Amino acid sequence: MADSNGQKGFAPKRVPSYDELLNCIRCGLCLSVCPTYRQAGTETNSPRGRVALIRAAAEGKLELSPNFVDHMYRCLNCMACAAVCPSGVEAHEIIVDARIEIDNKLPQPAIKNWIFEGLVPSPGRMEAAVWPLRLYQRSGLRWLAEHTGVLNLLPYNLGKTAQMPPTLPMSPLRQRLPEVTPARGERRYRVGFFLGCAQSLLFAESSAATVRVLSRNGAEVVTPKGAVCCGMPAMAYGDLDSALRLARQNIDLFERTGVDAIVTDCATCGESGKHYREWLKHDPAYAEKAETYSSRFRDISEFLTEIPLDDRLGEVKAKVTYHDPCHLVRGQGVSAQPRQLLQGIPGVELVEMKEADWCCGGAGTYAMTHYEMSMGILDRKMENAAATGAEVIASGCPVCQMQLAYGVKRAGLPAQVTHPIALLDKAYENRDR
Amino acid sequence: MFEQSTLAELARIVGTANLLTSQEDLACYGFDATPRLGHWPDAVAKPGSTDEISQILQLANRAGFKVVPRGAGTNLSGGSVPIQGGLVVQMNRLNRILEIDTENLTALVEPGVVTSDLHSAVESIGLFYPPDPGSMTVSTMGGNVAENAGGLRGLKYGVTRDYVMGLEVVLPTGEVINTGGKTVKNVTGYDLTRLMVGSEGTLGIITKILARLIPKPEAKKTMLVYYRSLNDAAETVSSIIAHRIIPPTLEFLDNVTVRCVEQYIHAGLPLEMEAILLIEMDGPASVVEEDGDRVVQVCRQHNAAEIQVSKSAEDSLRLAAGRRAALPALARIKPTMVLEDATVPRSQVAAMVRRVQRIAETHDLLIGTFGHAGDGNLHPTIVCDERDHDEMARVEKAVDEIFRAALELGGTLSGEHGIGLSKAPFMTMELKDSGMKATLAIKRALDPNNVLNPGKMYIDDYAAGRKATKDVLSPVS
Repeated sequence: MADSNGQKGFAPKRVPSYDELLNCIRCGLCLSVCPTYRQAGTETNSPRGRVALIRAAAEGKLELSPNFVDHMYRCLNCMACAAVCPSGVEAHEIIVDARIEIDNKLPQPAIKNWIFEGLVPSPGRMEAAVWPLRLYQRSGLRWLAEHTGVLNLLPYNLGKTAQMPPTLPMSPLRQRLPEVTPARGERRYRVGFFLGCAQSLLFAESSAATVRVLSRNGAEVVTPKGAVCCGMPAMAYGDLDSALRLARQNIDLFERTGVDAIVTDCATCGESGKHYREWLKHDPAYAEKAETYSSRFRDISEFLTEIPLDDRLGEVKAKVTYHDPCHLVRGQGVSAQPRQLLQGIPGVELVEMKEADWCCGGAGTYAMTHYEMSMGILDRKMENAAATGAEVIASGCPVCQMQLAYGVKRAGLPAQVTHPIALLDKAYENRDR
Repeated sequence: MFEQSTLAELARIVGTANLLTSQEDLACYGFDATPRLGHWPDAVAKPGSTDEISQILQLANRAGFKVVPRGAGTNLSGGSVPIQGGLVVQMNRLNRILEIDTENLTALVEPGVVTSDLHSAVESIGLFYPPDPGSMTVSTMGGNVAENAGGLRGLKYGVTRDYVMGLEVVLPTGEVINTGGKTVKNVTGYDLTRLMVGSEGTLGIITKILARLIPKPEAKKTMLVYYRSLNDAAETVSSIIAHRIIPPTLEFLDNVTVRCVEQYIHAGLPLEMEAILLIEMDGPASVVEEDGDRVVQVCRQHNAAEIQVSKSAEDSLRLAAGRRAALPALARIKPTMVLEDATVPRSQVAAMVRRVQRIAETHDLLIGTFGHAGDGNLHPTIVCDERDHDEMARVEKAVDEIFRAALELGGTLSGEHGIGLSKAPFMTMELKDSGMKATLAIKRALDPNNVLNPGKMYIDDYAAGRKATKDVLSPVS
């Protein structure tokens, strides 16, 4: 069915790797853990189905139709499928490869190019871009909108998703945080802090807490102002060139700081930082530098459990449940460390929720682009969270936090959502008081 | 292809949202877990009630289209591949556990309930549903019943067939029948329940299942036993049973599998061993303890090189890890995996394993054999590459010889995966002409227009007097 120019579907044996596609034995085990399959109940929304779609396109049996493209973007990229695959197929990687191929092959909307080539590479422009949201939240417009139903008039689900972001800090943390925060007491480490865009723009207080905790534990914290987006959003949208450009920029920048470790409190930034080595392994100029960069990268919970932690903690009385961000638990294999930190806080009672490592449906911009599916997945998460009776849901990812907070609101739960390190910071604060 | 009016009628029956017709949807419903088999359907329906299914089948008879029921599509014989196109009926919207009756020890479930979800539900109240097919975390109860699925606990507890007390079934013509019931004893009329169990979607669409439950065993013990000789391992199996001990699980890994597993999980398995047995016992704690000691003695008598016994639940998991890794270990060696389930009487396990090893040598193939030694249900697993035409031709010859060997040793083509398409060419070898005639007569009586899952179990091809046909999903070479 494919013509010789490969106009229909992907070019066979090219992108994504055809060998990888054939490794799928279609056993279906991935269906049991795929949140979108469990939600929609159709093969087309499963990892096995998506791999079959890509294989059909590679074999010229399917065109890259809008519906095909839509199915590639229905994947949350939560990696749950890869964790149970007996053949070791990484469906999420294959799907991102397909998105890259789509990005190369089909004309992309102007807005996408503008976002990844104009907006995202510049922290300043991104900060300017959220001003309307801040104005909306702080001027009373939000109250008006939410109480008059005017939001329902907006196209897509913008009306609903406009309620999702937390109340923005008065100014982004990037603008306030000094380039170098001294260690409190004796300086034992010199640590680079990778301040993620979402943390800076939406959860500034939480990242300020991270820096305080680092400093208290003897780290001099270097936060380069020139750090740019980690590149994951561009990668997830198949814009490989933009993602790699951002990666190279960050590598160069941190190389100059001469730090021992690069720490982040954002699950996604950590996932990409640790994977720059794979992203850039075919780039002779950057392969080695990327290797060094990735090997220095740590999630904050990893870093804090690898050092002798200052255990002079005050009490934080709370029943806490922990939600595993996909980019931490499967992306980086980090799940014990945040729990260990939480359990170390006097007064914290940690209760495990069922399916703690299931995706919450946040997945980058997924809640905006696939509202119904995302909410179905979120409802399942909230049911599990509610069953624990926890007053605090902790999670080290800004997107998860945003999604979970929206879930708490939707479900009317009496629970707070926070970053685990914010709780640790609170414990130190209570001690100092 | 469907007429527009037929599609409109289908949409009216199941609702527009539950009728899938896009190319992308069709591409995802043309396969199950069987290697190399595929054929796109013309549409997919997701009915929400018995009545909707009945209407679909009535329409199929009027409009003349084929209907293929589908659970989770994990079957390994091509049973859910819509080989002649038509309508795939995906059953997973019907996924409620309707009742767990703790007095009669039954569970009434809809066919879309996931097998392991039923396990959790009944085990949480001290009950037990034993069938545990390898795909249980995703497979559905309807699919398990239609395929008469087995699992690791077959030796002591039997298979799905032994836990189905009654069914609600929509016949191919659209009529709804109820079979069996909650009574242990029931001899009223033909045993239609058993006729439907394992009918592979050719005689009816199962819409409710009354499953039999038993009390959950109190304790469990796991052992891993290594043998330098295959014969010793096989004799241990027979000897344990001769000692009147029936463990639920008596699993076997041959040397090829052991090597592949070790390469994959690096658990320090001794590579010189010809066989490993994984033995699990369950029951009242005192009995498990006593039987455990006797099993250790039996293993020693049969020259076991090493015996590891679990002391805790974590221990059990650790010991079972090698067996659990058998499939993934083999799957990672080459892209394609032909997983057979030829089954022989328990006494012939060693002979069968040797025959498979010889077949592998003759055809220069890598075949790992593991499986359920206790019930003779072995899984000779051929790892190959579907793009290598020469290798695939040798695989076909080997499969043919494996089936012949099983039958010669007094066994059967399929212990638990079913016939579907992949074993259709071998049906007459086991059933003979008379058996096929009876099968055809039953099929024609219940499905006069042959609308339900056509082309399976060699029925159509037998009726037409031709060899079994397969549609191969070829890769780009």
